[in-house]
Amino acid sequence: MSAVPPRLQAVLDDFALMPDRNARAEYLIEIADRFDAVRVPPEVAQRPYDERHRVPACESEAFVWALDNPDGTLTFRFDVLNPQGLSAMAMAVVLDETCSGAPLEQVASVPADIVFTLFGKEISMGKGQGLMGLVSMVQHAARQRLATG
Amino acid sequence: MSDIASRGYAHPDKLVSTDWVAAHLDDPNVRIVESNEDPLLYASGHIPGAVQIDWVSDLNDPLRRDYLDAPRFEQLMSRVGIAPETLVVFYGDKNNWWACYALWVFQLFGHTNTRVMDGGRLKWEQEGRPLTREVPTYPPTVYKAQPRNDSVIRAFRDDVMRHINANKPLVDVRSPAEYTGEKLHMEGYPNEGALRGGHIPGAKNVPWGRAVNPHDGTFKTAEELRAIYEQEQGLKPDDDVIAYCRIGERSSHTWFVLSYLLGYPNVRNYDGSWTEWGNLVGVPIEK
Repeated sequence: MSAVPPRLQAVLDDFALMPDRNARAEYLIEIADRFDAVRVPPEVAQRPYDERHRVPACESEAFVWALDNPDGTLTFRFDVLNPQGLSAMAMAVVLDETCSGAPLEQVASVPADIVFTLFGKEISMGKGQGLMGLVSMVQHAARQRLATG
Repeated sequence: MSDIASRGYAHPDKLVSTDWVAAHLDDPNVRIVESNEDPLLYASGHIPGAVQIDWVSDLNDPLRRDYLDAPRFEQLMSRVGIAPETLVVFYGDKNNWWACYALWVFQLFGHTNTRVMDGGRLKWEQEGRPLTREVPTYPPTVYKAQPRNDSVIRAFRDDVMRHINANKPLVDVRSPAEYTGEKLHMEGYPNEGALRGGHIPGAKNVPWGRAVNPHDGTFKTAEELRAIYEQEQGLKPDDDVIAYCRIGERSSHTWFVLSYLLGYPNVRNYDGSWTEWGNLVGVPIEK
């Protein structure tokens, strides 16, 4: 199995060193503040979005698009309809900043449980599943591109 | 007459407005409690003076699947400065879904001097009211809790089985896709924490969010709520009702609506919900 994208591994290493829950939350809020940079542009999709892009089980109503790059990699774009869905926004920013443009084999290897490294093991089951759904959508898109060449 | 008082609720006093909360920020007899679905929201800014109560780390037993016991509840109350006589006002994201859950758990310990802030975080933010990142501290209180009473507003799986056999009404407050079991069959995605999809036989599907106005998170009027639960779904005020969802959080919102806004006296929340029923061996399931 391929390693995860190095940029993602660096983020995971950072979070593994977080001293406590409050520090982790502060860092994730800073990341979520960058969400506008990864929001799907209107030339790609406009509301109401195609339901095929909806993240299953995400209570913040997150959507994911995988856009083809000339070099065969993917750029990921997102929307989170719930304006209070900070966790989904932070997860989307992490995924874009670390997986967009990365080799597909690496993106396909990203395990959904990185959610617990980023958000902590105390996250609720429902929230964890929604965030894992976001990761799975990205991973699934990479696998599909690999399968179809 | 205030907006809330004009909506025809059975217990309008169980709700407070954002205006009311703004006027009681410094009231020593009031503790404002934020309880959210999103774990980052409180840290990103909250109502000045509000404390956070987290469902996972504060209200659950750390080992067993159960709520905290009375000694832990006492410790929690002391930590956030709540005395037995304190009026506790809950609010949060997702149309007060977790706020209602926290209120329900408080009620298990007999702390009924509680309110929900109508509209929750959404309305407070829409109105441009202040938020702060400053985490308040309060002098510890001495709180002697009643033993947790699970017999009145909480249902267990055996209660649900008896309920089915007696043809009494159940309300499944999950989304239609969860109710039909469709969500469990999406290949490549995390499942919903259950081995089987579907719903408890006879349950009516009324997604919890139908009880609120999506534009500002306020509760619908009693007339609008009766149209959903009574005219459309056939519930009656004197029914013995059990509500459930996936883990009991969304159904506590419906429990609040039926109990306090419509005044049904016999409503219980089955917190085992689908993560228990959908994994139980041999129990009946409908699709």
